Amino acid sequence: MTASLILEQLLNGVQFGVMIFLMAAGLTLVFGVMGLINLAHGSLYMIGAFASAAVAAFTGSFFWGLAASLAAAAAAGVLVEALVMRRLYDRDHLDQVLATFALILIFSEGTRWVFGSFPLYLDIPEVLSGAVPIPGGGQYPVYRLCIIFVGLAVGVLLYWLIHHTRLGIRIRAGENDREMIDALGVNISKLYTAVFAIGAALAGLAGAMVGAIQSVQVGMGEPVLILAFVVIVIGGIGSIRGAFIGSLLVGVTDTMGRFLLPEFFRLFFDPAGATAAGSAIASMAIYLLMAVVLIFRPSGLFGARRVES
Amino acid sequence: MYGGNVFAAIGVAVLMAGSALADPVKVGMITTLSGGGAGLGIDVRDGFMLALKQSGNTDIEVVIEDDQRKPDTAVQIADKMIQSEKVDVLTGIIWSNLAMAVVPSATAQGKFYLSPNAGPSALAGRGCHPNYFNVAWQNDNLHEAAGAYATDAGYSNSFILAPNYPAGQDALTGYKRFYEGELAGEIYTKLGQTDYAAEIAQIRASDADSVFFFLPGGMGISFLKQYAGSGVDLPLTGPAFSFDQGILQAVGESALGVKNTSQWSKDIDNSVNAAFVSDFEAEYGRLPSLYASQGFDTANLLISAVETADVSDPDAFRAALEAADFDSVRGEFSFASNHHPIQDIYVREVIKEGDVFTNKIVAIGLTDHSDAYVAECSM
Repeated sequence: MTASLILEQLLNGVQFGVMIFLMAAGLTLVFGVMGLINLAHGSLYMIGAFASAAVAAFTGSFFWGLAASLAAAAAAGVLVEALVMRRLYDRDHLDQVLATFALILIFSEGTRWVFGSFPLYLDIPEVLSGAVPIPGGGQYPVYRLCIIFVGLAVGVLLYWLIHHTRLGIRIRAGENDREMIDALGVNISKLYTAVFAIGAALAGLAGAMVGAIQSVQVGMGEPVLILAFVVIVIGGIGSIRGAFIGSLLVGVTDTMGRFLLPEFFRLFFDPAGATAAGSAIASMAIYLLMAVVLIFRPSGLFGARRVES
Repeated sequence: MYGGNVFAAIGVAVLMAGSALADPVKVGMITTLSGGGAGLGIDVRDGFMLALKQSGNTDIEVVIEDDQRKPDTAVQIADKMIQSEKVDVLTGIIWSNLAMAVVPSATAQGKFYLSPNAGPSALAGRGCHPNYFNVAWQNDNLHEAAGAYATDAGYSNSFILAPNYPAGQDALTGYKRFYEGELAGEIYTKLGQTDYAAEIAQIRASDADSVFFFLPGGMGISFLKQYAGSGVDLPLTGPAFSFDQGILQAVGESALGVKNTSQWSKDIDNSVNAAFVSDFEAEYGRLPSLYASQGFDTANLLISAVETADVSDPDAFRAALEAADFDSVRGEFSFASNHHPIQDIYVREVIKEGDVFTNKIVAIGLTDHSDAYVAECSM
């Protein structure tokens, strides 16, 4: 085990983390500001990937595909918010879960109806292919470095948006007391649509970027959705900063767990047993992390300690 | 739809004419037509229905239902088909866990089951049954051929990986059964995992001379794309499941040159296969996959049995199935004593033909290969 391998795995962990962050940021915004559980967030991720693959195939340019993914996911978000979510704000969380679960089924079968059952082709653009040397003699794919960069940029942008713009002030105010800002003359319904669209666009962007190195297929959003929920629970519901730190923690824990745990068990067991035990525990690692965080900070790392009214 | 109506009309006309034909055979097809694995079920169904259409046989009636890749749904459909639809033969299941949930109870109720895909070891060994026939392969077969190919190609230090579930463990066991070299590493990944950066980094850091992977469906697409972009250039081998016609177009250039093992390929040189490939393309507008070939062979086996024996006489019908007297797209085909295929398994290479990515046979991995469990089956 060399230093370059460990560095490469750390980069992998960070890259995986910022990827989840793009999903978790939208989810936590919607949940924190609007008090809405949106299980269909994974479907918006899938819509982003499919829109990107279709437009990239049509225009021949990955970057048009990326733009299309933002537009398509945001449009789908606005539509979902206006047609379905708006009726659910005052309802129980269980009703929201049921309705958004139905949306998952509708989006999945709708996508299959339009694009067929076979995975779509989407590849990374020529300019971003290949690998660059990293310190210690290893190599790292350029595209993954780009994902890290985009993720960090989105993080900074969101921070600026929430803390230094009028929209951000309204979002924070809406989070604290939605009736009060409504009474102060802010159009809460437009604000909610905007927040939902931002969340959806981020999910779409994540879908398009990941689609280029993974498989663009129906149902691709649900596994990521579970990770995103783990992240917002760890980070504290409604906190963008929490989602960012939580994503990095989950990304690095998962990657390093998959890499180091089998090695660790090899000190005690024979290779086959160590591989089996190590991979079994590695797949639990992030849930163990979540349990430990919740024991010490029941509302997550950056969760507001809300007074229940 | 139009074609179906015409056949139904002919069927009704024949019945009304009061001809002395045998009772129609009712076939229940349970397969995956929605969700992530729908491509496989659709291919099996299309291959099966193409063979029926070509035969013009109106004695076979097919009921098709979607199992959504859920074992409980598959069991419910099977119960309904057996009890209220009164089917004689069941077929269609893609996944081994679903097959294990349905097949033992269906065969125990005296129904025939013809597997067009799943071949779990439990049904090939001690759990074999006189009414269960597998027309595709035993699960280990393609991995065994990959191991044999690695040995032939002179690889001596393989890095192997598969998802951590029964078929993944069977895959690595199958590879190691015929591979004689050392292992540079052995990894079980999470089932459904989509990011393989950590595994590829370990492959890069090891001193392996080749990589064997079994990652079916979307997992394989992700792995291949990420592997191609990683700068690692060790030769890859794997079973055909990650290289079928449906998946290859989504992987694109990243799969070019990869060796994969399959019991079928569109360039197997016989007239039945050539006709199958061109007819399938004409009917459905796409190239057939190995799953489509398995559905096609399953239907032809059934037709051959229906033409020689009456399904109401199970012993005669079973003997007719055992004879496997049909023209397989794989060329020579026969059943071993556990009702699993004895067949050649080929090594294919991914190539580009015009704009389409497809496979070409480059070697034979194993000849007249049966499976490792045949001795455990007593019937």
